[in-house]
Amino acid sequence: MTRIALLGFGSVGQGIARAILEKGLGITVTGLADSRSGVIDASGIDLSAALDRKERGEPCGNLDISSMDVVEEAEYDILVEVTPTDVETAEPALGHIRGALQRGRHVVTSNKGPIALDYPGLQALAEECGVFLRYEATVCGAIPLIRAMQEGLAGNTITRICGVFNGTCNYILTRMAAEGLTYEQALAEARDLGYAEADPTYDVEGIDAAIKLVILADTVLGMRVTLDDVERTGITLLSPEALQLAEDQDCTIRLIGEIVPGAGVLQVSPRIVAKTHPLVVEGTLNAVTVETDLAGDLTFIGKGAGSTETASAVIGDILYIQSRHVQSS
Amino acid sequence: MKLEMKDQPGQLVAALKPISAVGGNIIAVIHQREATTPAEALDVQIVLELPEGRLERLLELLRDQGIDVVRIGEERLLYECTLIVIGHLMHTDLSDTVNQIDKTGSAEVTELSMVMPAIDSPSSARITIRSTTRTEMKRAIRILRAVAKQKELLIIEPLEDA
Ligand SMILES: NC(=O)c1ccc[n+]([C@@H]2O[C@H](COP(=O)([O-])OP(=O)(O)OC[C@H]3O[C@@H](n4cnc5c(N)ncnc54)[C@H](OP(=O)(O)O)[C@@H]3O)[C@@H](O)[C@H]2O)c1
Repeated sequence: MTRIALLGFGSVGQGIARAILEKGLGITVTGLADSRSGVIDASGIDLSAALDRKERGEPCGNLDISSMDVVEEAEYDILVEVTPTDVETAEPALGHIRGALQRGRHVVTSNKGPIALDYPGLQALAEECGVFLRYEATVCGAIPLIRAMQEGLAGNTITRICGVFNGTCNYILTRMAAEGLTYEQALAEARDLGYAEADPTYDVEGIDAAIKLVILADTVLGMRVTLDDVERTGITLLSPEALQLAEDQDCTIRLIGEIVPGAGVLQVSPRIVAKTHPLVVEGTLNAVTVETDLAGDLTFIGKGAGSTETASAVIGDILYIQSRHVQSS
Repeated sequence: MKLEMKDQPGQLVAALKPISAVGGNIIAVIHQREATTPAEALDVQIVLELPEGRLERLLELLRDQGIDVVRIGEERLLYECTLIVIGHLMHTDLSDTVNQIDKTGSAEVTELSMVMPAIDSPSSARITIRSTTRTEMKRAIRILRAVAKQKELLIIEPLEDA
């Protein structure tokens, strides 16, 4: 059994819990925390009871136990960090992750903050402590993009990465193109369907996509960049007329993140794309094309968000560590 | 580049084959009647794109077909790029924006479609630029970016080069 401590019990955290309940997966949860409470139980926490408590709007555990208590006191092999992303401070995740690594525990996270802000520092700490730090879910949800590039494409030189990294923007642009909606109308629709936050800035200004580029650049391409290095334009000024002008030429407009390591290109901006291009995907899907010297071009398409879908990427990382490390120790 | 030849019956068809045989790409075929030529013989211009170093071989193949190439034109406006611009295009002097590209001499705006939804709300335009070389195209786009920044316009560039 692999013992995990799960920090954050929202959409992703509950998705992970439900998958473990349904499929077992050789995983047991010995620590759990949300924003107000925590549970520590070396014999395994009752996940259905915890899910029921959240369902009723109650805290998942004991108000006297904090998330940091779980990090420091629970007995676990892997810390699973799925608390909200803070792009400026990366807290509370940064503290959680450092605490676990220093205790010699592996870490799996879906939280973009700490990876975008201090990947080199965290990776060095993980190596020093002889443990894994994995973050597949931080970029494009369910798509196993990072592992594909680090392992499947090992030996290749990646010359360019470009793609649709934000499902909210892709939904808005898809609807503007299909129905001639204004940006405001499409955004309102995305909010109604739960695809956009009450404050959509982070998505529509391209910040979320830019953070994903920073993560790919730092972790896969060996670059050393920060959010400020990304040239960024959002979709808020796009007009239905512009989409129509693109449509007249069998093209459309998508928010594209692009990295060309050799040319110093690191940008997020709306781009004109032929409708036949593989990156033109509908709705909230994500799509990424990776250009390489040996393998040629590869395009990955899949769900970039969602409770179960993001849990899939987190579980993939947990089982990766389980197969390589936990069992042999 | 541009090839000019007399349009005698069958010549055009005979000319097209060698062009594709050397990997060329035909962009346009233009017929024009000139006052100086006899009424029955039309001048034909073929505008084409040719990989580096294939011109000699093409001319050889054309001669073999009995085609008389009258003139070989310089390379001209072969690269095309279409962009979309959003903003207060009229208030910010659209013709000046276009001019800044045209005055480079090696790139020009060849097409412009504009939609103005309402007075005072931003308009959208699709602009096609043609240039002699890829480098000139990059320069024209750089100029457009600088103008857009200064005039607070949003430019949407194509994902792939033309
Ligand atoms: N949702 C997706 O599809 C998706 C996809 C890729 C990556 N991610 C990333 O995954 C992470 C989790 O996303 P989510 O959608 O699950 O968020 P969420 O639904 O907002 O859930 C966040 C959870 O973290 C808890 N939390 C907040 N502050 C905390 C603290 N200081 N200590 C401990 N727990 C704390 C919250 O507690 P309460 O329950 O008490 O509020 C909640 O349970 C984020 O970093 C997000 O960027 C999400």
